[in-house]
Formats: sequence, C-alpha cells, structure tokens
Amino acid sequence: MAIWCTDLAIDRWRLAEGLARGEGIDAAPLALIEDTAHGPRIAAANAAALAAGTAPSMRLTDARTLCPALAVRPADAAGDLAFLENLALWAQRWGPWSALDPPDGLLVDTSGVAHLFGGERALIGDVLGLLDKRGLVARAALAPTAGAAWALARYGPVAAIQPAEADPRTFLADLPVAALRLDADVILLLRRLGLKRLGQIEGLTRENLARRFRNHRSAAANPLLRLDQILGLRPEPLLPVVGVPAPMVQRRLMEPIRHRTLLDQVVEDLATDMARLLEGLGQGARRLELGMWKVDGEVVVRRLEMAVASRDPAHICRLFAARLDDLDAGFGIELVRLRASWAEPLQLSQADLDAAAERHGTSLAACIDRLTVRLGPEAVRRPVAHGSHLPERAQRWQPPLDDLPSSQEELHFHHRPMKLLDKPESVAVIYETPDGLPRQFQWRGQLHKVARAEGPERVAPEWWRERSTVRLRDYYRIEDEAGRRYWIYRHGMIGDGRGGAPEWFIQGLFA
Amino acid sequence: MIEHTPIRDPVALAPGLVRGIGASDRTPRWTPGLALDCPHAELFAPARDASGAGMALALARDALRQQQAAAAPDQRPFLWVQDKAALRLSGRPYLPGLPADLRHRLIHVAAATPEDALFALEEGLRCRDLAFVIGELAGNPRALDFTASRRLSLAAEKHGLPLWLVRLDARRDLGAARMRWEVAPAPSPRPRWNGHAPGKPSWRADLFRAHTFHPGQWTLRDDDALLVAEPALPESRTPDHGDLVHGSGDRSLATG
Repeated sequence: MAIWCTDLAIDRWRLAEGLARGEGIDAAPLALIEDTAHGPRIAAANAAALAAGTAPSMRLTDARTLCPALAVRPADAAGDLAFLENLALWAQRWGPWSALDPPDGLLVDTSGVAHLFGGERALIGDVLGLLDKRGLVARAALAPTAGAAWALARYGPVAAIQPAEADPRTFLADLPVAALRLDADVILLLRRLGLKRLGQIEGLTRENLARRFRNHRSAAANPLLRLDQILGLRPEPLLPVVGVPAPMVQRRLMEPIRHRTLLDQVVEDLATDMARLLEGLGQGARRLELGMWKVDGEVVVRRLEMAVASRDPAHICRLFAARLDDLDAGFGIELVRLRASWAEPLQLSQADLDAAAERHGTSLAACIDRLTVRLGPEAVRRPVAHGSHLPERAQRWQPPLDDLPSSQEELHFHHRPMKLLDKPESVAVIYETPDGLPRQFQWRGQLHKVARAEGPERVAPEWWRERSTVRLRDYYRIEDEAGRRYWIYRHGMIGDGRGGAPEWFIQGLFA
Repeated sequence: MIEHTPIRDPVALAPGLVRGIGASDRTPRWTPGLALDCPHAELFAPARDASGAGMALALARDALRQQQAAAAPDQRPFLWVQDKAALRLSGRPYLPGLPADLRHRLIHVAAATPEDALFALEEGLRCRDLAFVIGELAGNPRALDFTASRRLSLAAEKHGLPLWLVRLDARRDLGAARMRWEVAPAPSPRPRWNGHAPGKPSWRADLFRAHTFHPGQWTLRDDDALLVAEPALPESRTPDHGDLVHGSGDRSLATG
C-alpha cells in the first residue's frame, strides 16, 4: 500500500499553528519558502495561494507579481522528514513494516492483512479516514507491488485498488510515464520520444528503449527497470523503518537540588537503574546523555561517549563526575534524565568487583575512556598506515580501539625516522651545489657538522592531488659529529622552474 | 592482650638489594637482558635528537624479550604520552620508523600540559592491558615534583608495569625513579655495505643512579634482535662523580 500526503509541508505547518483547513492565516494566500542560490523559492503553497496562481518551485519574486498579498513562512525540510518518520512508525498499525518514500510518501506492506480490517476497500477507507482525522490530506492505493501502488496513489483514481487477478499490463496501461518514479530528465526524454503512457513502452518500443538505456544502471534513470519493478518481474528491496526506543531512566526530585554531592548521588542511582535496564536488553551504552532540567526552565545536557559498550555504573559515574565540574545549578535541578542514545549488544559477564579492579588494574577500554574524558578525543589516538609515499601522509591517526584498516606491507629498504616533526623546520645548509651531499647545517641556533650522509632519496610530489608547481624533495639521512641522526630534505632543485634557490628542511629525528 | 604483628625486616624490603660486609663488591653490574626489579626509570636526554625516546624503546623491548622467552608472543599495546613542549621540540612518533614488533601496538597521548601528561601516565600504569608506558616531558615542570614522581613509582610497582620516563633538556632534580640514566647519542657503527651512511642507532648511556646496580657508562646499540652494550669509549670524558654515591658500602643507594 502506498500513501501520498499531497500537502505534507503545508499540513504540518497548519497543525503546528493549530489551525483548521482554510481558517485564520490559512484563508489568505501563504507559501513556505526555502533559500536557494538564486534567491528564495517556493517549497509549498496553500490552497488559496495555488488558486491565485503560485506553484511550488516558483521564485518568490515571480509569485509576488502574480499574487502581491502572498504571505511567506520558512520551510522546514528536516522537520518534515522527521515527521514523516514518525508517521511511518504510526502507519505500522496497518502492516508489519513500513518504509519511507521521501519527501512526502510512505509504503506499507499489507500483504495478507486486509481481512483484519474487513477487506481491502475497508482498509483503504480506514487509512484515509484516520489520516483525515489527523488533519493530513492524503491519497492511498493498494497494489501487489510497491511500484504499482506508488503509481496508482499519485496518478490513479482515488483509493484505487489493483486486484491480484487483473493483468497489470492492461490495468496500468493508461497511467502516464511519470508514474514510473523516474528522474525529471528521463521523463522529458520519453516525452520527446512520444511515449506518454505506460502501455506504449512495450513490443518494438521496448527493444529500442533497451538499447538506448543500456548504460543506465540506476533504476530511477532506466524506465524499463522501473516498468519491470511495477510488473513484479524484478525485485525491489525497500528499507523498512524500525522504531528503536533509546533506553532511558529518570528521577523527578521532590526538592530541587543545588549541591554537587546530592547530584552525584542522583547520577549514581540513575547509572544503577540504567545498568539494570541495559542488562535486561543485553546491551551496553556507547553514548550517554545526561539531561538536567532546572527550576527556571533551562535544560543542561552533558554527553559522554565510550570506547566500547559498557554498563558499569561505577565507570559511568566516574566519567560523568569529570563532566559535571563546571555545572551551574542556578535555582536548583528538579529532573535528571539519563538516556543511552547509542547502545550496542553486550553479553552478560562476571561483574568486575571493585576489589578486583583495585588489584588487577583497569581494562584498556576503561583507561581510554578516562583519558578521553579529561584530555579530549583528539588527544588519545593510534597511528595507522596510509597509502601514500609522502612521509607526512603515510600515517594517519584514528581512535585507539577502532579496527585497523587493511593496508599493504610497507617497503623494508626505506629507512624512516622514529619521530617526525609536526611541521618541517627550515635549516640553513651548506652543500655541494647543485645536488650534492650536505656538509653542515644550522638548526635551532646550533651548528651541526655532517660526518656521514646517505642520499638522496627522491620523493616526487603527488601530482594527482597537488598543483603542478609543488617541488620535489631529496631526502638525506645524516649523522653529525656528535652522533645525532637526522632526516633532512632539499625542497626543489636549482633550475627546475618552480621557484628560486632550493630550501632545506629538517623533518625527522632518528633514534 | 598484645598483638604480635610480624616485624618486617627492613633489610629484606627490596628484592635484588645486597647488604652487609662487602656489599659493594657483590652488587651486580647492569647488563642488557638482566631482569630489572625497578619498574620506574628516568632517562635524561637532550631535546635536539630522539636519543631519549629511542633508548627508552630499546630498553623496553629488551625487558619485553625476557618476558616473551617464557610466554606466548605479546600483543598488548603500549602507551606513549607526550606533553605539548616535548611534542613541539622532538616531534611525534612516526609509524614506519618504529620497530616492527611495536609499530601496530602504539597508543599515543598528546597532553596539553605536564599535569595532564602525569594524569595520563598514572592512568596508563593502572591499566592491566598495557605492556609498558613511555612518558616524554620537557624541562622541569613544577607539576613533576618529588611527590608526583613517587606517585608514579608506587603505581608502577603496585601494578608491575614498567614506566620509562624521558626527560628532555631537564636538570637532574629530585625523583623517585629506581634507575636514572643520562643519555646522549653516540656515533653509530659503520654499516656493512655503505661506509658513509649512518648505521644502527647507538647511544652513550650513563647510569648515574640505580637502586640495585653499580653505576656505570656504556655505549648501547640496538641491533634488531637484541640490545648490545659495550664499555664506554675510551675517549669519552672521565665520569664526573660529583653527585654520585661511589662505593656505597653498607648504605642503600636508594636512601642516599
């Protein structure tokens, strides 16, 4: 079954304002606008505005010339999508699962459930009646395939039902090609080819179309794929909406609390409750949100993310304690709520008793959580190899407990320094021009005489991602008279046409 | 009623400590591959090169090799903590340049202040899943006083996790470390194939204060398979015994 809310954005705005249809501001022309690169554009318009000549996707200035009295409100596409998601969950009253069809449609699987509502006719009547009661203008259709239901909801008669025994080729033959859910340019192309009805894309036309669209793999760009989906010859997987309630515990407090010790007690109670709740679900929290409602109406939210799923109340309390230091309770906190907005499966295990933790030390995940909470997620990381021959790009940093990306083994004959300076530092070098070994150099105000050197190892710039004027580098491993080992490079060559005399930099320190 | 609590023999407090007549002669000399009973060591190194971190890694690998001889291959990660000044002076660890057996096990902590770095070190020492902890601090920060040093020492001894603390460009201040080294780079041995190229990393190491060993100077070299110690080069300056306890006699080195 497909449901199409014809005026979703306007209906939602109207419901938010608390108006009935055609009442108050809604009686006058009104449009919801969105900002584009070419100025404001109309996203949706109410009935009075449509009657006055405005249409969606029209520029606001054009619409104003047609209808000077047009009132505007900003459109809220993200809010509409969230509303549609809630509507999809609500629509599961008619079938076991439902899928979103953005921007304003829903698909509900009603296979074998029509008899519960007293037949297909009654089912559709129920859908339209309930949606109307919610204040939404909608059309609905029932068909054996999702594509056919979609087409009938938009282009078929009101409350259309495609009987299972009817031949879909003849039943749907009169629908326009726009019912195929195609991109606008493909519809335009079909219209130029003179194909206006679904019935026309058959026989000889079909063979020719197959040749024309042979490179179009995506279903939205290939009318034949879409036609097969409508007819049920080709599978069309849909992504169902599944409501996942986030585990949540809260405490309403009889007296607003203003002191940290009391708050710590409440957080401890909540963490214990949350642990019990998560244990029942067999899950552990990755992200926790502690919301504190103050007496004066303000809400303070503190978020916490953990390296691995956990439901250990002591660990959670300890991490939150660091986050609550700068809290301003104001006139007091009256409601505290802990919500696990991201949870992962976590098997039941032996409880880590405090004494055991004291004796054996903490686990790696707990240690990393503690470090991350105090130092920030950017401070605790591990290096991973990255496919690049430029030394500073050859390693990247990622959170310590994430999986290692797959990578090739690096080359063993390259000597690389143990430490790399974050930014190569400029050094003054005396060397055999144009491209000989360095003799001595000055770095951080001290002179180093080069005793031994090996090089050059030439590293060319990555031409596929850098500009053509980037210079190459010649790397030298050197050891000075005191035995200090460095990795320095000459940036460019004399006469390479990419700048003046080459400069020298120090980039790495060998052990 | 009198409770008879067992009186602990103060002489038997520290394992590996030798006391009594002729203790000076019986005190062992440090060599690579010797089991160390001191989890907390400090290495004073210049900030202009990576000798401190390099030798800390070499010593840590040397200690790991002894454990591995008995047990299965160790795949536990290790923690490397740097404060901001150390990071700016001597750079960040670079994955392709680290020893191959430690490369994928590094967890790096970039702390903004010495206080944060000390916190990270202590949290790392309490963790049972780490192989060892390396810290790098520049200068003599006010936060790293004797109390902080003692805290680290106690945490390391309690959980049995080695801590190698590298002090870049630092004065030899008060510290609770059981072994204190002075590290400087040394000219490397000539490689076999290219005599003009730098060779295996080597360091001039001066163990100037140790709990259970005689002080001494060596030239250490990190061959991939093992750590090699040679007696200090003859041309190196004669050791300055100004602040050393020479010939400790009956006295514990730790108390002096």
